[in-house]
Amino acid sequence: MKPPTIHPIEPRIVLRASEVWKSYDDGSITVLKGVDFAAREGQTVALCGPSGCGKSTLLHLLGGLDEPDRGSVAVNSTELSRHRSRLNLLRYDIGFVFQLHNLIPDLTLQENCLIPTVAAGINRGAALARLKHLTDRTGLSHRLHHRIQKLSGGERQRTALCRALMNSPRILLADEPTGSLDEETSSTVFQLLLDIAATEGVTLVMATHDRALAARCDRLVDMHDGRIREPQPD
Amino acid sequence: MIFLKLILTNLLRHRIRSLISIAGIAFSVAAMLTIVTILQGAVGMFSGILSSDSQIIVFERNVSDLFFSNVPASALTEISTWPIVQHADPVLFGVVTSSDHPIITCFGITAADARLRKATWLEGSRANFARQPDDVVLGQRAAEFLHAHLNSSVAIGNGTFHVAGIIQTANGFEDGGVFMPLPAAQDFFHKPGASSVITIKLSDKKFVDEFKQRIKAHYPDLIALEDAEFTRSYSQFKILKATAWTVGGCGLLLGGLGVANTMIMSVFTRIREIAILRVNGFSNLQIATMIFGESALVSVFGAITGLLLGAAFLWVLKLIPALHGYVDVTIQPFIVLTVIVLAFLTGVAGALYPAMYAMRIRAVEALRFE
Repeated sequence: MKPPTIHPIEPRIVLRASEVWKSYDDGSITVLKGVDFAAREGQTVALCGPSGCGKSTLLHLLGGLDEPDRGSVAVNSTELSRHRSRLNLLRYDIGFVFQLHNLIPDLTLQENCLIPTVAAGINRGAALARLKHLTDRTGLSHRLHHRIQKLSGGERQRTALCRALMNSPRILLADEPTGSLDEETSSTVFQLLLDIAATEGVTLVMATHDRALAARCDRLVDMHDGRIREPQPD
Repeated sequence: MIFLKLILTNLLRHRIRSLISIAGIAFSVAAMLTIVTILQGAVGMFSGILSSDSQIIVFERNVSDLFFSNVPASALTEISTWPIVQHADPVLFGVVTSSDHPIITCFGITAADARLRKATWLEGSRANFARQPDDVVLGQRAAEFLHAHLNSSVAIGNGTFHVAGIIQTANGFEDGGVFMPLPAAQDFFHKPGASSVITIKLSDKKFVDEFKQRIKAHYPDLIALEDAEFTRSYSQFKILKATAWTVGGCGLLLGGLGVANTMIMSVFTRIREIAILRVNGFSNLQIATMIFGESALVSVFGAITGLLLGAAFLWVLKLIPALHGYVDVTIQPFIVLTVIVLAFLTGVAGALYPAMYAMRIRAVEALRFE
């Protein structure tokens, strides 16, 4: 008797962009030209391509920060246009890390990281416990009460990473997260991002210029002139 | 806590701007408090003069000011005989001057008048009032600023009068006033046989309507109003109150524009920061609350500072001798509450546009630029 064939169960798709178009300046600049993209649960995906190819715009659309002119974006199988509240998406489902850390300079590391928890109305005790866990992992425990101005570039970007993960999102979108760092720090922060994504089971979609770093991800998606070159999964 | 820190951080980040806004509200509040308190005090004191141990005031119909009212002696004589009237006191108001004091209120009254009966006699006694035609009784403050004492002579207007007593009353106008025997006042102010008003105490309050009807029937040129009714309807009081609140309101409006300017600048200079908050899940309501919170803090600090400033200014006014008897600096809780509420509302109104602007900031656009 022939033994049954075992097919590995593919993780479900948590992010999908279908035939997405996006232009700026009243249509004079078309940034995305019918992009199809999907990312599966727990996957790390690097979006690579030259400046202006539409990586950041795609990330913004995937995170609900912007709306496509045509096409659709779905998060956890729910189309964003039908999503009851994009706000809840930002509060609970998606975390963002940007090239520039985008931290509030007058606040301390701890205060910056607590911002998403305040927005989501999360209990302070639980938020502090989560922060301790994240700062322990990122090596920032000793900097909790330091103002952002006192932190180095790498520390700031790690702080931004902690903040993005505070509400335990299942999806992390990173737009050139190491773009403003030196090579060594860049590599460290990038690895940290991958490690945390792996241990937290987070789906990571990251825009980057650095193909060497991108190669460390599960998937590398090339973008050029508003289009994706990589064949998409079903 | 973080929310409050976000609000405070921005105010502290631009300290000078915040202080200027707080000062704007503070001066507005101080101005409003001072003006309204002084005028409300004046109205209250004047009302107090009229309602001294009486329920009703009778005066000439359609006069713009009680100083121009003429109630004939015949009316007083008849009204006094009505059984529902316990007592009827004529009062003739006049304004006189003396050296260094341009305005002294003069009351032409009888010895039986409640003002003299209820006053504390510091010098002299009521029995001596009106024994001589040139007798006057001075309020305590009037005696102070006229440097007068019992049996001294004081120059008032064109005449010289003999001080027959000095009294202390709770009413600032009365305390800074001069009490003359009614006939002497009628002579002095060239109003023979007339009084400005008659204050009436009825034998029972239930006769109020009946009394009014009788006045209407017997004296169509006169009008009888209850004290509270008079205070509400007297056009001079209404003009004074309206002026006070309007001037104060204009001051507060200017303060509000200052807050609006500050809040607009506050939003414009941190568009990126607001975008960061949005990306981190801040709702429109939370962003607006933050902006309103800032302006509310500015308003509250401004209102508190303004109240202290206003109270200090009123206290200084009280010390100015020329204003003795004419400025009641008692700050009424109602005025304080109204001023605080108005300051708060002004601040919140000033933050309306900035809050709406902040709510419309698109994070993705704001973050794209340095």
